[in-house]
Amino acid sequence: MTVARTWRTRRQRYSLVGERCDHCHNAIFPPRDVCPYCAEPAQTQMALSGRGTVYSYTTVYDAPAGFGEFAPYPVALVKLEEGPMVTAQLTDVSPEEVTIGMPVEMVTRKIQEQGEEGVIIYNYKFRPQLQRQARAA
Amino acid sequence: MRPVYIIGIGQTVVGEQWERSLRHIAHDAIIPAMRDAQIERADALYVGNMLSGELTGQEHLGALIADFVGLRGIEAMKVEAACGSGAAALRMGYIAVAGGIHDVVIVAGVEKMTDTVGSVTTAGLAMAADQEYEAAEGVSFVALNALLMRRYMYEYNVPHAAFGYFAVNAHHNAAGNPYAMFPEPITLDTYRKAAMIADPINLMDSSPICDGAAAVVLASEPMARAFHNGRRRVRIAASAVATDSLAIHDRRDPLWLEAAWLSSQKAYSQAGISPADVDFFELHDAFTIMAALSLEANGFAERGRGVRLAEEGEITIEGRIPIATMGGLKARGHPVGATGVYQVVEAVQQLQGLAGRNQVHDANIGMTQNIGGSGATIITHILVGE
Repeated sequence: MTVARTWRTRRQRYSLVGERCDHCHNAIFPPRDVCPYCAEPAQTQMALSGRGTVYSYTTVYDAPAGFGEFAPYPVALVKLEEGPMVTAQLTDVSPEEVTIGMPVEMVTRKIQEQGEEGVIIYNYKFRPQLQRQARAA
Repeated sequence: MRPVYIIGIGQTVVGEQWERSLRHIAHDAIIPAMRDAQIERADALYVGNMLSGELTGQEHLGALIADFVGLRGIEAMKVEAACGSGAAALRMGYIAVAGGIHDVVIVAGVEKMTDTVGSVTTAGLAMAADQEYEAAEGVSFVALNALLMRRYMYEYNVPHAAFGYFAVNAHHNAAGNPYAMFPEPITLDTYRKAAMIADPINLMDSSPICDGAAAVVLASEPMARAFHNGRRRVRIAASAVATDSLAIHDRRDPLWLEAAWLSSQKAYSQAGISPADVDFFELHDAFTIMAALSLEANGFAERGRGVRLAEEGEITIEGRIPIATMGGLKARGHPVGATGVYQVVEAVQQLQGLAGRNQVHDANIGMTQNIGGSGATIITHILVGE
């Protein structure tokens, strides 16, 4: 990811800002300006809760160039409670503990370091949900 | 629209061709195809390729390859649709001849994937996915397929070992194909013991990184008659493309290849046939899960039953719907942008009775299907022997 591209998508990467369609009211992430459900314009911003469940998961051992230093790492398709699905890395969990249907929540973590001259890129990842304990406390 | 015929075929052995460059392997497929068709010139050359810019620093393949094979001056361009680039180039050639723009067109698919180290090729292949919301998370192309396979196993309660029949069939058929990368048979035990790449996908679920090129010559009916080489005539009875979202997470149902269904429905309608009429199917088995999903979305198996078709032996040369008859992507090899043209070359071999010990008995109608990405571009062709 180039610096400009990372900066441009910062609201998605740091706070899961998507859209809500004013016509069919579906939640949309990532934002795309035209609703994929009804093809009407959809530009009303909406921050997603970041809570969801694991739809499927795997582990990346042979990482693409630029991601090698953190490999192996678990990745998942996460079904968010508002409806959209996202592709993301899982964190704070070992691959053998992950199951389909597991409740997870979004956190902000480092995903890539581009060497001495480059930027450090932060992104959303998902960890097992802790919010029940947090609310109890 | 005018009928379109395939009057010549050519292909290189698939593998690690370190002694030959991108332009050389294109040459090694195009010249035999032109010789097979007995032509010296063509109206146009369309080149299917995905990764030449990323892996060899070379774009502008149309003019480069036209010049290199002695066709300087003709219309030429590259066509790109990720791993579906080969069939996309064929689609362009088909449109040109069917639409009456050209009479003789060469379609080549070429890919050079072994000049770079593995991690660079892996990052290149991830360009078929959504760069900002799939690849940016460090998810490789194999991992995307692993996400589909895991969910499939969960929803339909299919054990991993059952997918092994796809790999065994592909390798068995590759053993009879002199152009295949892996002409060695494997057993279910080989499959079970293969190294894990991105669980549940192991080495034997996956097609290999390799180099290769294939070419066909298309012609209008008068030109096909003029250049008839004595073999059975092969007509393209259907050509259809459909699309879906690049990202798996944007699909309404990730386990349903909507674009396969859309393009095959169009193709069946153009050819006036149903799936039951297809004598063999060269499908896009880049991973065993893709073979299962393809059988389902194209009407050969109920949802969740694609793997069962393999288990029951229906996908072998003698089965109800033979697939990967010359080894498929798994064992012939998957030089990504060339694959769609290899499939068509092999379909012509089957229809002309040139498939040797892999010959499908009474093969009259063959279907080929090339997939770009994890299902975003799906291109179906139906070929008929006349």
